Amino acid sequence: MTNAAQSLPPLKAEARDLNFHYGKFHALKGINMPVYDKKVTALIGPSGCGKSTFLRCFNRMHDLYPGNRYEGSIDFHPDRTNLLAPDIDPIEVRMRISMVFQKPNPFPKSIYENVAYGLRVRGEKSRSVVDDKVEAALRGAALWEEVKNRLKEPGANLSGGQQQRLCIARALASDPELMLFDEPTSALDPIATASIEELVSELKEKVTVLIVTHNMQQAARISDYTAYMYMGEMIEFGVTDEIFIKPAKKQTEDYITGRFG
Amino acid sequence: MNQQELQALRELIASHKRWDWLFGLLGVFALMIGVLTFTALFANMAIDGIGRIDADFLTSFPSRRAANAGILSAWVGSLLVMLVTAFAAVPIGVAAGVYLEEYAPKNWLTDIIEINISNLAGVPSIIYGLLALGLFVYTFGLGQSILTAGLTLALLILPVVIVATREAIRAIPQIIREGSYACGATTWQTVRDHIVPYSSAGILTGIIIGMARAIGETAPIITIGALTFIAFLPPAPFAGEPPAGMFDWLFAPFTVMPIQMFNWTSRPEAAFAVNAAAAGFLLVLMTLAMNGLAIWLRYRLRKSIKW
Amino acid sequence: MSSIPLPAESAVPIGRLKFNRLRNVKERGIEALMFLAAFVSVMTTLGIVYVLVSESIVFFQRVPLSDFLFDTQWTPLFDDAHYGIMVLLSGTITSSAVALLVAIPLGTIIAIYLSEFAPFTVREVAKPFLELLGGVPTIIYGYFALVVVTPLLQMIYPDLPGFNLLAAGIVMGIMIIPYVASLSEDAMRAVPMSLREGSYAMGATRLQTALRVVMPAATSGIASAYILGISRAVGETMILAVAAGMQPNLTFNPAEPGATVTSYIVQVALGDLPHGSIGYQTIFAAGLMLMLMTLVFNLLGYYMRKKFREVY
Repeated sequence: MTNAAQSLPPLKAEARDLNFHYGKFHALKGINMPVYDKKVTALIGPSGCGKSTFLRCFNRMHDLYPGNRYEGSIDFHPDRTNLLAPDIDPIEVRMRISMVFQKPNPFPKSIYENVAYGLRVRGEKSRSVVDDKVEAALRGAALWEEVKNRLKEPGANLSGGQQQRLCIARALASDPELMLFDEPTSALDPIATASIEELVSELKEKVTVLIVTHNMQQAARISDYTAYMYMGEMIEFGVTDEIFIKPAKKQTEDYITGRFG
Repeated sequence: MNQQELQALRELIASHKRWDWLFGLLGVFALMIGVLTFTALFANMAIDGIGRIDADFLTSFPSRRAANAGILSAWVGSLLVMLVTAFAAVPIGVAAGVYLEEYAPKNWLTDIIEINISNLAGVPSIIYGLLALGLFVYTFGLGQSILTAGLTLALLILPVVIVATREAIRAIPQIIREGSYACGATTWQTVRDHIVPYSSAGILTGIIIGMARAIGETAPIITIGALTFIAFLPPAPFAGEPPAGMFDWLFAPFTVMPIQMFNWTSRPEAAFAVNAAAAGFLLVLMTLAMNGLAIWLRYRLRKSIKW
Repeated sequence: MSSIPLPAESAVPIGRLKFNRLRNVKERGIEALMFLAAFVSVMTTLGIVYVLVSESIVFFQRVPLSDFLFDTQWTPLFDDAHYGIMVLLSGTITSSAVALLVAIPLGTIIAIYLSEFAPFTVREVAKPFLELLGGVPTIIYGYFALVVVTPLLQMIYPDLPGFNLLAAGIVMGIMIIPYVASLSEDAMRAVPMSLREGSYAMGATRLQTALRVVMPAATSGIASAYILGISRAVGETMILAVAAGMQPNLTFNPAEPGATVTSYIVQVALGDLPHGSIGYQTIFAAGLMLMLMTLVFNLLGYYMRKKFREVY
């Protein structure tokens, strides 16, 4: 632990005393967790433990529905903006932090327009800028070679794995500082899953990644840090290797070794 | 992201949100056009017509003199036509809806019936008037009678009743049917004891909406040749010259509320415009009450039913 | 165990069989009756086609089709009779165009507002209200156009005649708003939340999400709402009969009075033309024209739904 502590990378975001309520339901209870810059952090835990709820606090998706309430803060570095502050516009948050969903959700538009969407939303008019960014994002999502000759085709024509990579390209195209992945491979077959995992590992060269998964092997394969959550609480957070080899808490160990119910 | 970039981003978002705000305003404005039109329409008729509505107005026949004219023959006519419409449209519509949901095999004939019903819903009402004129009035020899008008409107609202019946039946979960069949019930017993009773509120909603539409329909009734000036009532059962029967009124000439209103609207004298407003006000009240009842019923239904 | 008496073997099966046969006959009978009820709708369509076509055939034996389509006058009841349907069509097209210019923008804005912007309570109140608005009899709208809207328009435009296609068209548009708004809104609400979330997660505003993601995804539903609106406008009768005057007038200027295909039928029906006269047959020829237009819109709607079928 001391070794790791000395070489801690810079912070990208930090949740402090985060509480979240769905109406009367207290979904997240006093969560504290750092997200390190240009690292992959995985959130694991049983279904309903609040990991997706936590993830969706980072881009304020909960603001879309009435009756949701945040307490505490998520500081976003380097400018230390509190993402949850009432005077911070969720739209600003979402422009800086992009998200990939559980099921691929390409828009009913062409492949090109799907990727360009974030730029369109920002009012980018220059054709060449959009062209360049679309190509770069598709390359970044390892999809360019497959689709470069069919950019005008509807996104829905792609296979499931390709659709998810299209959604990753869409999320990449607007140069996010942090990318959120909400169980991005749960709707995919093993081969597509492997390509997405490889992609996520490559992404951390450029961008910070926070990923929810309920596949522990996946967390172990791709993440640098892992957080174990249970019943809306953060049970343990640490370097992935340590969490999986030598968890500090009995609860974490039970879950990881499959002794959990 | 540095402060300058952040500042630029915030300005961009602020400009986007102005458009959002403007559109929200536009939406409220568009809704207000609807609300204002409706209010103006209702208030205008109420102000012009309400002073004219009294017992005399309801119990007098139309007259050449606006001040003496009333809507007796019109509302009696509307009532009787609605009676015929209900007697024809409800059993046929409900039976057709039940057939399509519970009995119909998946074949080309069923497909034709289904496509046909959705097409009929889009046929202009005046076409039904032409159908009735050619078929009921002349070919079947039913004349320009209450029966003809009632059947015409029944055909017109049949798609409404059928669609409402089917939707209500579709809301019944399959396990209810299986439960009934598992007790050894036949299809008809299942329909009679379960399907129709459980969907009755939804069916009723559709019937009321259909009837509300029928009561305000003018064009098809004019087309079959309803008279606009009727100073007598249809014969009561067994009344009048022998051999008077129970259903002589079915074949009597008649007028209805919207036609009476149309007639008064097309007269140049201002006094008749007041009569038109009064008749129109009553007509709007009736259709609003019926539609309101249907909406309320549906709302209640949505809240109460938990399968 | 053996003390339980077995039922007599011969009696029961025969009784059951008899009962079954009776029950089957009854079930079949009921099914046949219900089929007949469902078949009434097909009979209605056949009846409409039969009546319109048979009377129109007689009409076209007397009036050449070329006169019907290309003559620029419609005076079937005059001594010098002309049968140019274009005259009535021009009224229908002009009034429908005015109505759609009102109904489509306003209906679409209301649909987007209710589906993407309005708080829950506003939607819960506005939807039934729209339904009530759609339930008002059209004769009432006609009266409103004549007595309220025309005088209002005359304040802005003093030369406007008392009967005109403009006021009738505007009110017709308002009458159609509920259909366009309600169906478009249904189509937009059917767009899955995951698409909206995808858009919002990119930092899109409500308007951007509505225009760039939700509307394209709901194209087929919105298109059929528009088409229903068009066919309502073309088939509307009483508003025009009351407020637009019934003089046939070959014009595309909404500030003039004019007859439409539908209001002409009403006008003829109000008089008493003898059964079998040429005047009587004109209304069936006009009806056939109307039916063909409706059919075209129905087919168009069907094609649109096929072409833009939503794949989420």
